[in-house]
Amino acid sequence: MILAQQLLLGLLIGGIYGLAAAGLSLVFGVLKVLNVAHGELIMLGGYGAFWAVALLGIDPFASLLLVLPLSLLLGLALYWALFGFVVRADEETRVKNSLLIGFGLALALHALAVRLWTADERSIITPYGGAVISVGDLSIPVVRLLSLALAFALIGGLHLLLTHWRWGQAIRATADDWQAALLTGIDVRRAYLLAFAIGTGLAGAAGTLVSIGYSISPSIGLEWTLKALIVVVLAGLGSMIGTFVGGLFLGLAEAASAAAFGGPYREVVGLVIFVVVLVLRPRGLFGR
Amino acid sequence: MLEIRDLVAAYGDVRALSGVTLSVGSGEIVALLGPNGAGKSTLLKSIAGLLRPRAGAIRWEGEDLRSVGAHLIVERGLAMVPEGRRLFGSMTVEENLELGAFAARARPRKRANLDRVYALFPVLSERRRQIVRALSGGQQQMVAVGRALMTNPKLLMLDEPSLGLAPRLVRSILEALVEINRGGVAVFLVEQNVQAALTLAHRGYVLEAGRIVGEGRGADLLRDPHVRRAYLGPLA
Repeated sequence: MILAQQLLLGLLIGGIYGLAAAGLSLVFGVLKVLNVAHGELIMLGGYGAFWAVALLGIDPFASLLLVLPLSLLLGLALYWALFGFVVRADEETRVKNSLLIGFGLALALHALAVRLWTADERSIITPYGGAVISVGDLSIPVVRLLSLALAFALIGGLHLLLTHWRWGQAIRATADDWQAALLTGIDVRRAYLLAFAIGTGLAGAAGTLVSIGYSISPSIGLEWTLKALIVVVLAGLGSMIGTFVGGLFLGLAEAASAAAFGGPYREVVGLVIFVVVLVLRPRGLFGR
Repeated sequence: MLEIRDLVAAYGDVRALSGVTLSVGSGEIVALLGPNGAGKSTLLKSIAGLLRPRAGAIRWEGEDLRSVGAHLIVERGLAMVPEGRRLFGSMTVEENLELGAFAARARPRKRANLDRVYALFPVLSERRRQIVRALSGGQQQMVAVGRALMTNPKLLMLDEPSLGLAPRLVRSILEALVEINRGGVAVFLVEQNVQAALTLAHRGYVLEAGRIVGEGRGADLLRDPHVRRAYLGPLA
């Protein structure tokens, strides 16, 4: 029964892994740029929600309505200031340059967060924070269940955006073949900009959910970049629903290995998955 | 309509085009022939804006295209079917075709052009929900031509559309080009299949090592001894 409870909690955090990975996957798939500061963007989103709740006194989940658009704007700014220059290079140089810029950005954002919010761990306390739903012997924390549902809704919305919106289709076309996209009249630079902004928006949303159900500190960035990267490798590029499922899978796998080998081994399983997938199926489970 | 003068293009230090001059008039079918590495694809990429030429002029209806972005060249009515088709492999036939109508000039005519493409290639209509990667090479080529037509072009440029296709399919693609041309679209065709290209082209150019070494009416080039020796084999 304890195992079932642990797996349930794994599944709940897995939804956030999926959301965290979706942004990274979108940016990597479209811009061919690995944004290693993705975790720091998640961290910033978490603090954004923290501020919204602490300073404005709004409901933590409602803070998404603030954090999401602000993160989109932050994404636009970061693209204009930094990543827009990277995508002008050919694809080999792109990955190299994006790593340098990403690490620099990660360090800067980390320092900024320590200054603004100190290095202490924070989490958002909600009035309904302790509420649980009991199903048999399982107890489901309401806040985390809501987070999972929101993560799923956001991924579903993203999927609709990419399949039905004109520019969403343009973003997918650019991911498939940017030169062919140019030949159909798509302004590829704008597709890059939009994809990066949406990716940053998703990071902000993921951060909000992390700060509500779990906790944030200025140093969580690397950990979240790593989780997102593992999910991207596991799920492969090209399907946002697949990425979400990959996130759920990682959450379950972590919970299972923690149950089998003890808490310290929770993190190890992700890295094992990372290596095994790269060796056996480099394009990922749902990759195209 | 399209005027190219003294065009020079290079990849790094390697010259691909050294002073190419040619033109395509409205309503014409013009073939560009030449062996591998002659610079045919380079020329098309330069016109389409995928490659910046080093020198020379590319004029389209009087305007210099060299500083116009590739996606805006599409807006001016030039479409290109790239070598190797370059479809959006993870998408369906219809999604590929619809993306062809992304440009502002194409959007109002999307429905009509889609019907036109399906009339031209009825098999695509049957396969419209299939992922293009699952199609045969010939069908993929039809999608590539269809996607370019969806941009509502005045000039359609094709880079070796017959490459790797069975003769029967080559014929149906080329017949489609004649049909497209009858609808008022000029065609600029890069081909290694010289016989087929010159049979349908009004005029042709021969490109070798980055220079134009011959030009003339399609039928004349077909009789030209140099062309026959170089491209049709000693027995032709």
